[in-house]
Amino acid sequence: MQREAAIREPLILGHKTYKDITDDVVGPIMGPAPLGWKIMITISSLIAVYGVGCILYLLGTGIGTWGLNKTVDWAWDITNFVWWVGIGHAGTLISAVLLLFRQKWRMAINRSAEAMTIFAVIMAAVFPGIHMGRIWVSYWVLPLPNQFGSLWVNFNSPLLWDVFAISTYFSVSLVFWYIGLIPDFATIRDRVTGPIQKKIYGVLAFGWSGRAKHWNRFEEVSLVLAGIATPLVFSVHSIVSMDFATSVIPGWHTTIFPPYFVSGAVFSGFAMVQTLLLIMRKGMNLENYIHVKHVEYMNIVIIVTGSIVGVAYLTELFISWYSGVEYESYAFINRFSGPYSWAYWMMMSCNVISPQLFWFKKIRRSLVATFALSIVVNIGMWFERYVIIVTSLHRDYLPSSWGEFHATSIDIGIFIGTIGIFLTLFLAFARFFPVLALNELKTILKSSGESYKNEQAK
Amino acid sequence: MSKIFHVMYDDDAKVMAAASELVGQGVRVKDVFSPFPIHGIDPIIGIKRTRLAICSFMYAMTGTSLAILGMWYFMIQDWPMNIGGKPSFSLLENITAFIPVTFEFSVLCGAHGMAITYLLRNGTLPGMPASNPDPRTTDDKFVVEISTDNNSMSADELEAAIRKTDLLEISIKDA
Repeated sequence: MQREAAIREPLILGHKTYKDITDDVVGPIMGPAPLGWKIMITISSLIAVYGVGCILYLLGTGIGTWGLNKTVDWAWDITNFVWWVGIGHAGTLISAVLLLFRQKWRMAINRSAEAMTIFAVIMAAVFPGIHMGRIWVSYWVLPLPNQFGSLWVNFNSPLLWDVFAISTYFSVSLVFWYIGLIPDFATIRDRVTGPIQKKIYGVLAFGWSGRAKHWNRFEEVSLVLAGIATPLVFSVHSIVSMDFATSVIPGWHTTIFPPYFVSGAVFSGFAMVQTLLLIMRKGMNLENYIHVKHVEYMNIVIIVTGSIVGVAYLTELFISWYSGVEYESYAFINRFSGPYSWAYWMMMSCNVISPQLFWFKKIRRSLVATFALSIVVNIGMWFERYVIIVTSLHRDYLPSSWGEFHATSIDIGIFIGTIGIFLTLFLAFARFFPVLALNELKTILKSSGESYKNEQAK
Repeated sequence: MSKIFHVMYDDDAKVMAAASELVGQGVRVKDVFSPFPIHGIDPIIGIKRTRLAICSFMYAMTGTSLAILGMWYFMIQDWPMNIGGKPSFSLLENITAFIPVTFEFSVLCGAHGMAITYLLRNGTLPGMPASNPDPRTTDDKFVVEISTDNNSMSADELEAAIRKTDLLEISIKDA
């Protein structure tokens, strides 16, 4: 059996048995829905319905309903796309990269972080889809044989790489998540009593029986999927950054973009995980499984990635001056002192300064401070994308066409709406799915459960 | 008449101990049902390491080849697009632009190919009936399955050997 150093904080608090772990996770699924959940899902689904309404209006009327103009021809749509994709990076990072590094604390958070990833990527995919205007021909992005002569999609274009990257990332994350869910669905199937519930969870569990050979394959599949999902995580946001970096727009045309975007994505993803899990652990009484130590570990990831992002911002500024290209340096001077300087300084303070507070152990281990700062980071990372996109575009090479971007109510409605859809999906997940990886947590109970560790110490 | 023994234990350490004891006496363990992977049980009951990783590699290589072949056909052979005065002359000259899609497509094929193989080999597919002998094996109990079919001992001898282990319950069924 594996043993863990006695001075390490236990990952599962209190005296838990295998049965307790099952009951703590399956209990809320079998019981009636709590009032708080009903209120939250009502509010978020109302927002979602409003968002869907805005999307339908947009599709019926055209993307002229957005505030885009001649100069700023990409704004909230792509900002929201990159923001959601970035948020979608934490889940696979937690389940894949941390699995390869054998970080056992991931087991309490990977299931919900992956769910968050999947829902966030769905929200991200909405934006390029509706940006096409004619969403019903969106299958044209695929290299399909067609009747328009030999017209194929352009494989030299990062926008097409994005199609492949996002769809691969989405489907592989979904499969990775579901393969981990199968044994836990089997646990629910064997617990629930209602005939309809039993039938549904029975179908979802794929007839899993927990045979030794199946577990042997299960662990191998998880490891290999983690191994190939790890470079996938890095490739996806690198490719997203190349949507900008391969263009010739000053402010976008920089080689630092791929690593800078990837660390920004991990940064915002972990912030969103904190926001959601701090509420979920409270609402579902999971304090023994997701506790201060887990939050502290995630805050450490936030300091590291936040600092990388900070260094990247400063490097960009330095290089724009050092390059000697006046267009490039103007783009950056305009960013921090032009009409959008408020957004720039918002980004700087939210992303660079605020996460540095986590160097203090008191703040890093405070749940209230973590929750507040995670929201600050979420806001900051949205502004990062807004600053990169809008400030680089709004003053182009021809001063007569300089202008500013003003968001319309449809811009705002669609963005808020995707948050509503995302929260609705996440709340539904928290209600009906096993929110902790039961089978994984049970493997660490004896090495990292509080009461077991105390006994061993004696 | 052959018999199947389902022996239940309430702890993973007890299953390990019982399995090694029984295997030491020459008993063949048919299967073990557990709520989570028991590390170290596979060599004891004679389960070989799965070859799914090799499958995944082969699927991924298929993806790599298909992606390169496809892009060669679309971009070089069928319609060499000239974008910004940079025509697509040959696969070798264009290969750097093709790396991202090649990588993504390899991962796509490797991951999904392996996942489908895994589900088919396990026989775990949507709506399949569960085959664990007791619903408690997905919670906190462990069941060792032993059959007289592939054992040289008689049913009584087997039962005697099994009863010496630290078990919780035993159920004997005619196969």
